[in-house]
Amino acid sequence: MVASKINKEIGIISAINGPVIKGKNMSSFKMREMVTVGEKQLIGEVIVLEGDIGTVQVYEETEGLKTGEVIIPTGRPLSLKLGPGLLKNMFDGIQRPLKKIQEISPVYIPEGIGLMSIDEKKLWDTTITAKLGDVLAEGNIFGLVQETEVIQNRLMVPPNVSGTVVEVVKNGLYTIEAVLVKIQDEKKEIKELKMAQEWPVRTPRPNAYRRETLVPLITGQRVIDIFFPIAKGGTAAIPGGFGTGKTMTQHQLAKWSDADIIVYIGCGERGNEMTEVIEEFPKLLDPQSGKSIMERTVLIANTSNMPVAAREASIYTGVTIAEYYRDMGYAVALMADSTSRWAEALREISGRLEEMPAEEGYPAYLPSRIAEFYERAGSVETLGGGEGSITIIGAVSPAGGDFSEPVTENTKRFVNVFLALDKNLAYARHYPAINWLESYSGYIKILSDWYEDNVAEDCIELRNKMLELLYEENKLLEMVMLVGEDVLPDDQRWILEIAKIIKVGYLQQNAYNKEDTYVPLEKQYAMLKSIEYLYEKGREGLKLGIPTSQLKDIDIFNQFIKMKYTIPNDDLGGIDRLKDDIDRFYDKLLKKYVD
Amino acid sequence: MKKEYLKIDKVIGPLIEISEVDDVFYGEVVDIVDIDTGSIKKGKVIKIEEKNVIIQVFQNTAGLAAGNSIIKFTGEAFNLPMSLDLQGRIFNGVGEPIDNGSAIFSAIEANINGRPINPMSREYPRNFIQTGISSIDTLATLIRGQKLPIFSGNGLPHNELAAQIVKQAQLGENTGEVFGVVFAAIGVKHDDEKFFRKSFSEANIMDHVVMFVNYADDPIAERITTPRCALTAAEYLAFEKNMHILVVMTDMTSYCEALREISSAREEVPSRKGYPGYMYSDLASLYERAGMLKDRKGSITFLPILTMPNDDITHPIPDLTGYITEGQIVLGRDLFQRSIYPPVAVLPSLSRLMKDGIGEGFTREDHADVTNQLFASYSKVQEVRALSQIIGEEDLSQTDKKYMAFGRAFEAEFLNQGFDESRNMIESLDLGWQLLSLLPLTELDRLSPENIEKYFSQES
Ligand SMILES: Nc1ncnc2c1ncn2[C@@H]1O[C@H](COP(=O)(O)OP(=O)(O)O)[C@@H](O)[C@H]1O
Ligand SMILES: [Mg+2]
Repeated sequence: MVASKINKEIGIISAINGPVIKGKNMSSFKMREMVTVGEKQLIGEVIVLEGDIGTVQVYEETEGLKTGEVIIPTGRPLSLKLGPGLLKNMFDGIQRPLKKIQEISPVYIPEGIGLMSIDEKKLWDTTITAKLGDVLAEGNIFGLVQETEVIQNRLMVPPNVSGTVVEVVKNGLYTIEAVLVKIQDEKKEIKELKMAQEWPVRTPRPNAYRRETLVPLITGQRVIDIFFPIAKGGTAAIPGGFGTGKTMTQHQLAKWSDADIIVYIGCGERGNEMTEVIEEFPKLLDPQSGKSIMERTVLIANTSNMPVAAREASIYTGVTIAEYYRDMGYAVALMADSTSRWAEALREISGRLEEMPAEEGYPAYLPSRIAEFYERAGSVETLGGGEGSITIIGAVSPAGGDFSEPVTENTKRFVNVFLALDKNLAYARHYPAINWLESYSGYIKILSDWYEDNVAEDCIELRNKMLELLYEENKLLEMVMLVGEDVLPDDQRWILEIAKIIKVGYLQQNAYNKEDTYVPLEKQYAMLKSIEYLYEKGREGLKLGIPTSQLKDIDIFNQFIKMKYTIPNDDLGGIDRLKDDIDRFYDKLLKKYVD
Repeated sequence: MKKEYLKIDKVIGPLIEISEVDDVFYGEVVDIVDIDTGSIKKGKVIKIEEKNVIIQVFQNTAGLAAGNSIIKFTGEAFNLPMSLDLQGRIFNGVGEPIDNGSAIFSAIEANINGRPINPMSREYPRNFIQTGISSIDTLATLIRGQKLPIFSGNGLPHNELAAQIVKQAQLGENTGEVFGVVFAAIGVKHDDEKFFRKSFSEANIMDHVVMFVNYADDPIAERITTPRCALTAAEYLAFEKNMHILVVMTDMTSYCEALREISSAREEVPSRKGYPGYMYSDLASLYERAGMLKDRKGSITFLPILTMPNDDITHPIPDLTGYITEGQIVLGRDLFQRSIYPPVAVLPSLSRLMKDGIGEGFTREDHADVTNQLFASYSKVQEVRALSQIIGEEDLSQTDKKYMAFGRAFEAEFLNQGFDESRNMIESLDLGWQLLSLLPLTELDRLSPENIEKYFSQES
């Protein structure tokens, strides 16, 4: 290692400005090359090269650096080590395991601890599926490792590598760096295949082609699954001012989504929120597998007090890991909380480079960076011929809660689902505070077949009808605010009553309640259908001239408000009984009026 | 040997620029010695470009000029000596004693910038602190190890509220737990600092208070180091000496303004309202120092105070703060004008950590229900009030009239309490139920049947 470095040119630090440093004598360095900086060997990346002068962003605290110290090239771009050991683990923005860092330093994260990644000593029980003489192309699977209780790591031939198998090891215990298979390519060169592969973080991993996204990501959250669904392989943004519920929503999605793999990036947010995830996730069981949700989860944490350059990288680290599992044929869901902190990291670095700012100090390339990130989502045919997908759900933290700021605006252009969090709903403790008037899903059309086939024939129709009722309510409420409720005609007051049930009994979903935190689609549909049933029963009464005050039975209404808690997820009999109550009450009432 | 320089090229606000400098490091502390008087100002290297160095001076730069000062590079980062003897002492914003006491001597020195806590090493905070204030305890419960700022406005009684919390909070209720207060005053009036000092001594805790004071007429740049010195002391006492530390810091708005002033002196590209783009990260480097650690007994609970310019919660200072802290207690001017103390604006107030620290085994099983219902009902009060402004209270529906009555009682009896009045958690929750009983049961859709059964009683 050292010998090869000595032959190369070594840069000399000439300027230091926070996380951005400049060096001389760097003409032989490459753009985006990873370097080590100074005596402490801080990790950095070359971001500008102009003749002899290079600019490096440093992923660790730069206090203590001096001009004249060296910048040493590594000969490769900032890369990740992709292999078994990613799951159940938490990494910093440049894939260093925080657990290992803790072993080096028990409390605080020091600088100069060097590069490290997934465990290189751990022995994995490996099954080799490739046989001598097999022809392997890029993306083909040559072995299997049970990475966690629920996820099998499919060992893939890395992109741009192919050939005929000339050597295989026996099944057994191996480390990620052991050579498992040797293949000979067309040029008769021998290539070694290991469990782990390296991949530069900023380069999207290739796939065969993009497929259409036709299946929803089931989240167990009513307002999302029924009203604003996210397609597997799709993109969604969750913008909202502080305290409106971005993190809670992201956590709910990470816990309950029916993805195979979850990559959760805590990008520039609170340390305690990551601690909460580490403490809580192992105890929660995935409704699909029945095993701990941690078994399928990778965590990336660059909390708000960690170095800002690594925040910029954390997003790419997360999405590259997501692509790695996608390439094995898994459905991956990636949550980034918050993409605004990443955008701010871009802004800070840009400012230190003295680039021309565009809006609010953000660099002019902000929109293209956001687009590139969300474009790494998608449903694909993998190189190996399988199907995989990445769904990206990004939280956005608009300055002042104002959605017209650059990050929200530009994100809106590149995502298909917009879950707008509303301060006033949050103030009234209507959670999740997703505003049904401002939010939208661009996937309703392409997913409607799926809902019709898998939930109910009229599922989307019902959804549209109920959403229209909420729109109608909004108009009526504006009127009420001017004249009071008493002057509204009965049919309109009935709409207000039903809308209230939808809001309190249906859209509000309590993440802290055992029964309500995750709700299967079947119950989601049945609940909404029963609300429609009540609505229509009441309308029959209205036609007979029955006033709303009589149509509203306190007991039935109460049952609707509480049904999310009282009707167990695995026994919907209560909904039928509720319908019986409705029938009994209205039959009696209507009869009275008909007579 | 460390070099000394005589030549100052430029003075720009709190910054000085010198050239032809060798062998200094980023973040290095410099002493700027006045040739005539021998007095020393402290500064820190904040940018190095070839042989040019920019130094941020923590004291006043007025009068600094080429030729009248010697710049000495100390070869040290900004470290402070740490010791239990910090308690009961008063320091300025760079950690020098201003109480005529002796300097702190200790072999243990800590860099005031701290280092990020590894999330793996944190302990998620779960124990509530009873402040004796109904609105906070019930609706925005303070958790030990939480960072919970008070968002206030000019002239509002945030100092009184903070002092009342310090006085009433049961920080180390269990035997053997030692508590202490670290107080940082940033750009405050002498009166405000005196007020706090008085309330600490009235609470008989002066021996456990460490104070760092930067007055309104003290140098701006020193405001940058004041909170860092304070948090360094807090970290030492909490995580090395197992104490439960409450950090009270006022006024974070002065801190942010100092940050802006230095940024503009550096000619950096500003983001909103002229504040630097890195203000979020900078504030986070302070707030994230609060918390609890696995394997350490102590804790840092952080109660910063900020005044919202123009009472505007969307202003970058409260906005960025709210994005980092674990909730906020917002004070409202309208409540204050109606003589309600403490004027806690309930709806925008939030404690993000309360969810794990309340309920059965912590406070009482009905706590979450009561909180949610009070929030929901009081938010409905706002709507009804808006309507009554238009159509008049007489023309409101029966139910809406009850909301009006509930709203008034809630403010007068629940929010309003004496500066010396401490209510325990149970009293506050019971009071909440009492007020909710002013509303028809049909309106109370956040309460579980079991809790209604147990706690709800309605006369008539
Ligand atoms: N679905 C939910 N159920 C219950 N409480 C919620 C829900 N969403 C948000 N909250 C409440 O709102 C608070 C703030 O939510 P959080 O996700 O941290 O906001 P943000 O990330 O937008 O700042 C949480 O601490 C919690 O009390
Ligand atoms: Mg959040």
